[in-house]
Amino acid sequence: MLHIVNKSPLDRNSLESALRMVKPGSTILLIEDAIYAVTKGNKVEGQIKEAMKNCSVCALWPDLEARGMQDTVIDGVKQVDYNGFVDLVAESKSLMSWL
Amino acid sequence: MKFGILINEGPYNHQSSDSAYQFCKAAIEKGHEIDRVFFYHDGVNNATKLTEPPADDRNIVQRWSKLAEEHNVDLVVCVAAALRRGIVNDNLAAGFRISGLGQLVESGIRSDRLVTFGD
Amino acid sequence: MSESTGGIEMEEDMSGTVKKFAFINRKAPYGTIYALESLEVVLISAAFDQDVSLVFADDGVYQLKKGQATKAVGMKNFSPTYRALEGYDIEKLYVEKESMEARGLTADDLIVDVEVLAADEMAALLEEQDVVLSF
Repeated sequence: MLHIVNKSPLDRNSLESALRMVKPGSTILLIEDAIYAVTKGNKVEGQIKEAMKNCSVCALWPDLEARGMQDTVIDGVKQVDYNGFVDLVAESKSLMSWL
Repeated sequence: MKFGILINEGPYNHQSSDSAYQFCKAAIEKGHEIDRVFFYHDGVNNATKLTEPPADDRNIVQRWSKLAEEHNVDLVVCVAAALRRGIVNDNLAAGFRISGLGQLVESGIRSDRLVTFGD
Repeated sequence: MSESTGGIEMEEDMSGTVKKFAFINRKAPYGTIYALESLEVVLISAAFDQDVSLVFADDGVYQLKKGQATKAVGMKNFSPTYRALEGYDIEKLYVEKESMEARGLTADDLIVDVEVLAADEMAALLEEQDVVLSF
């Protein structure tokens, strides 16, 4: 399943809840303000690294770039563009958004 | 693949409409079909023809109208949410139509994937 | 336009297709409109004979709290609608255990019968769905 999160982890609990309710083997895609979660040194870096042990974690690089965070992405996070976003949706069996 | 899109927020206030638009554009370019874009909650405000954003910024409403015209995308505004927020046929932008919530459920049934963009 | 199906004339024969629809509610009532307007989608979905589940997590669990009285805030109290869902054959209501505990709530505090699921059980439920709508 693809889980799309769009809110900053220090603004909302959306990412926290998503991480609690995703099954191993899921894909987590961070878009819009949620991209801050995959930047080095942020408070949830540890949780992202933990999630990467059994989930695929992706981030939309247009949103990273828009916010000037493109140079600080945690290693192992897959950066995708909108084409990649479409592919992730198409390739997953189902999906949901954590707003 | 056929995608249904749900947009819950109005233009400019949140990035939802932008993200959804970029997704739709990419999906169409990749040869997928957009079954329907359904505008709910404040998302109905994406359909007002009275919008006048600054000239040096994107025109979100017109962008949707153009997508509808060029690629035959079905843009549906929920009637109940629209009435609440004062979006009626008289102020509806080109390419949008007002209809019921059943159109959202129908798209969910008919599409291969339904993607929600919201707050 | 058909009132009961919210604008669908049933031209296309979708009568055979039954999908698992889940509506995920994560926001408190009244502070925003999402709780009320998402309920309206749920009611319409009943006309389509789909396999519907309602999921309440995070502040969404507050939507089901007993004793809501909205006269002083001047807003419509829509909480009785949750009790009417059964009449629409929408009976699968789930709340997340961790969300309830974090808010000091138990199933007895809620206006309808629900199934309480732990996070991993909720994860499994969500994986089973064909369509998940978030509000």
